[in-house]
Amino acid sequence: MSSKEKILAAVRASQPALQPLPDVNDIAAVQFENNVAQFTAVLNSIGGLVVNATHTDAIKEYVKNNFAEGINGITTVAKLNDFPLLSTETEAHLLANIDVAILPAKMGVAENGAVWLTEAEYGIRALPFICQHLIVMLQQHTIVQNMHEAYKKINKEQYGFGVFIAGPSKTADIEQSLVLGAHGPESMTVFILP
Amino acid sequence: MNVGLFIPCYVNQFYPQVAIATLQLLEKFNCKVGYPLQQTCCGQPMANSGYEKLSQGCNELFTENFAGFDYIVCPSGSCTLHIKDHLHSHKDEKTAASIRGKVYELSEFLVDILKVEEVNAVFPYRVGVHQSCHGQRGLHTSQMSELVAAPFSKINQLLNKVQQIELVQLNRVDECCGFGGTFCVAEEAVSARMGQDRVADHEKNNVQVITGGDMSCLMHLEGILRRKKSNVVVKHIAEILNAG
Amino acid sequence: MFIVIRLNHSPLTIHHRPLPIHIIMTHNATHPQLATAFNKDEARVGWHDETLWWVRQKRDKAAWALPEWEQLRDTASAIKQNVLSNLHDYLVQFEQQALANGVKVHWAADAKEHNEIVHSILQQHNVTQIVKSKSMLTEECGLNEYLANNKVEVIDTDLGERIVQLANEHPSHIVLPCIHWKKEEIGELFHQHLNTPEGNADPKLLTAAAREHLREKFLTRKIAITGVNFAVAETGEFVVCTNEGNADMGAHLADVHIACMGIEKIIPKREHLGVLLRLLARSATGQPVTTYSSHFQQPNAGQEMHIVLVDNGRSVQLGREDFRNSLKCIRCGACFNTCPVYRRSGGHSYHTAIAGPIGSILAPNLDMKKYADLPFASTLCGSCSNVCPVKIDIHNQLYKWRQVLTEEGHSPKSKTVAMKVMATALAKPGLFKAGGKMMRWVLKYMPWLVNNKMNAWYKQREMPAPPEQSFTEWYKKNRT
Repeated sequence: MSSKEKILAAVRASQPALQPLPDVNDIAAVQFENNVAQFTAVLNSIGGLVVNATHTDAIKEYVKNNFAEGINGITTVAKLNDFPLLSTETEAHLLANIDVAILPAKMGVAENGAVWLTEAEYGIRALPFICQHLIVMLQQHTIVQNMHEAYKKINKEQYGFGVFIAGPSKTADIEQSLVLGAHGPESMTVFILP
Repeated sequence: MNVGLFIPCYVNQFYPQVAIATLQLLEKFNCKVGYPLQQTCCGQPMANSGYEKLSQGCNELFTENFAGFDYIVCPSGSCTLHIKDHLHSHKDEKTAASIRGKVYELSEFLVDILKVEEVNAVFPYRVGVHQSCHGQRGLHTSQMSELVAAPFSKINQLLNKVQQIELVQLNRVDECCGFGGTFCVAEEAVSARMGQDRVADHEKNNVQVITGGDMSCLMHLEGILRRKKSNVVVKHIAEILNAG
Repeated sequence: MFIVIRLNHSPLTIHHRPLPIHIIMTHNATHPQLATAFNKDEARVGWHDETLWWVRQKRDKAAWALPEWEQLRDTASAIKQNVLSNLHDYLVQFEQQALANGVKVHWAADAKEHNEIVHSILQQHNVTQIVKSKSMLTEECGLNEYLANNKVEVIDTDLGERIVQLANEHPSHIVLPCIHWKKEEIGELFHQHLNTPEGNADPKLLTAAAREHLREKFLTRKIAITGVNFAVAETGEFVVCTNEGNADMGAHLADVHIACMGIEKIIPKREHLGVLLRLLARSATGQPVTTYSSHFQQPNAGQEMHIVLVDNGRSVQLGREDFRNSLKCIRCGACFNTCPVYRRSGGHSYHTAIAGPIGSILAPNLDMKKYADLPFASTLCGSCSNVCPVKIDIHNQLYKWRQVLTEEGHSPKSKTVAMKVMATALAKPGLFKAGGKMMRWVLKYMPWLVNNKMNAWYKQREMPAPPEQSFTEWYKKNRT
């Protein structure tokens, strides 16, 4: 008998009578009056920064004002003419010297300040993790209340790789002192756009 | 109503004043109290040590002793919980089941069954409440800090009726004292440290008297208080409710 | 660190920090012995307790921010109960979906097979240096030791895990691996290993040094191992949660990603992630969600992705009616942080990969003899069950393990004798009363004095002062 057969047989012999699966729609989740305000408050409280903007020009302005001249900024958003467009064919290891990456999110979650990104949209899997600073573009109307709504929206989508990101890379492993930029980005800025 | 007084073995031997206060208190509230003289112990010491099987003799004795009462009341949440959860009888399971359903810890009996509105007690001291785990988390005599639920405390509800008492808010409202039955000797170092930390919380908040519903926890805290020659004393809730 | 161990059941003497687990395992020290050693440094115990209590308070705050918290726990518990009752079919479904997604799936009956599978993948690719993000399963299986013996270098990339790895220790907490380390000690460790300035204990500087050190590893290693938080039967995807992003750095930059998971990590549907992710980080650290919740559904272009499904005693535990629901655990560590015993004895006193209350009900399933002490390392206060996001009745299971261990003969003979004497005395009121003078009776039978030298109580606590008469005596005089 293979290990697979052995394990499955043992599990079948051991498992109890079928228990019903609960309906996640029964959860009476707290409702936020203002998704944007909630999203902003939470993300700001966990080390991220939210900028409300009317136009993508604000991103260019922000980068100019907050990062040294000549920084290595790239994007995978074709319509952002201000930054070099990254080819999705780029070898991931070469991204280690990317200072700022500007990526599109598909959704934001008000309850926890997370944004949802999928590989298909943003290009190269490693990018939001390997860059020094992460800038995310989020359309205001895509912000949902909570994770239940988020998964409803994701539904059956096939994405290869998808990730919720809530703030910069962080650690508190040394005496519970919070340090930003453990391995990934030291900062995360979300531009909420109309 | 006909109440059987169930006194934990160590209370009987070490803290007769707690048993007396419990008895007098129940009598004040017009209960007809009987005290079966043949009672010994609930069997928890064996059971918590992994020898529940050996507690059968205790169980049979307990079932015999407390067969005829409307309610059984005990000044200990821990012993009450043990009876509620583990009392079984080979000879008379029907009676054992009925006892499991009508055994009460003192404060829950006063609040839930007698629905006590007034206690004629005076206790002019700063009092810290030690929430004993088995009463609190086992019998739900008060809300637990881990749960997201409305607060309540049967002990505090009763103590708030005592005149001139000042109830003190602790930094950690319901942390275990570290007694834990045989744990207190099997894990001596951790047990003592837990007790010391509890005592420190009360002392930091200028408590004069530590009270609670379980004399075993209070005995543990008292052992630590006396070792460090503290002025803080322990009193079972029955003693306070019966004071003045 | 300097360690002196005296055997023959005398207390262990240690300096500095708790014993590394490999030393503990060699010497069969028990929880009380190791906890006694930990308690020698009183200030350190206070610091350890306060640090973890602070995490517990953060958890409380996060829970109270959601009025639906208890409903979420009920739902999560029910989801996991369903999983355990239908695990066979979910495993089959998960494998099918994962295979269809282009993932290679392996089945390991035990720790040994798990380690061999991982090693064989490394051999196929001629790789002898790998990175690994946090996986308590690989700790449970002793993967690092196994690979080291096979001349493979494993770099743990979670900062806390890297710290304990550099110190040749194991994690003392499943979420906060080096919670027992002070920053000054980490400064010293990093000075030795990563050339940070001597005497510098600034967490920012130390983290930056680790970032630089580990970035080089991420960029050069060809194979990355990660753990798995949840695996979805419906979609064949698995989710890995980290705050540092180390799992992603490893997995996305490697040619081969190996994800190792216990078979109980399966959940039925993607929508159930919503419930469990809402609970996980809030319970663990009080964060609303971990920084990264990464959903791996298909291999990266040009990459190989493997999943190793590991039983290692889980199917046995599933068959133990009283203990099966310990398999609901999502490894948040909330029961560690709330446990008054854990906070004052340290993770290494549990001498097993998964410490704390949950470890104490999991470990005896793997080896009753070796872990017979753990279910007794608790006062049964019940706080663990109350914080558990999937509502495992941990303290009830501790009680039940005590009964099982005793029945299976893993209790010391002296204890059995003492218990029998006590049981006989307490079952017979005649004997109870004939026990002689009260103090003699008490010293003979009182529960806290049984099976131990009486001075275990007296060491740090006064004995209760014996009254003039027992209540029974008073009652006879006054009421009958």
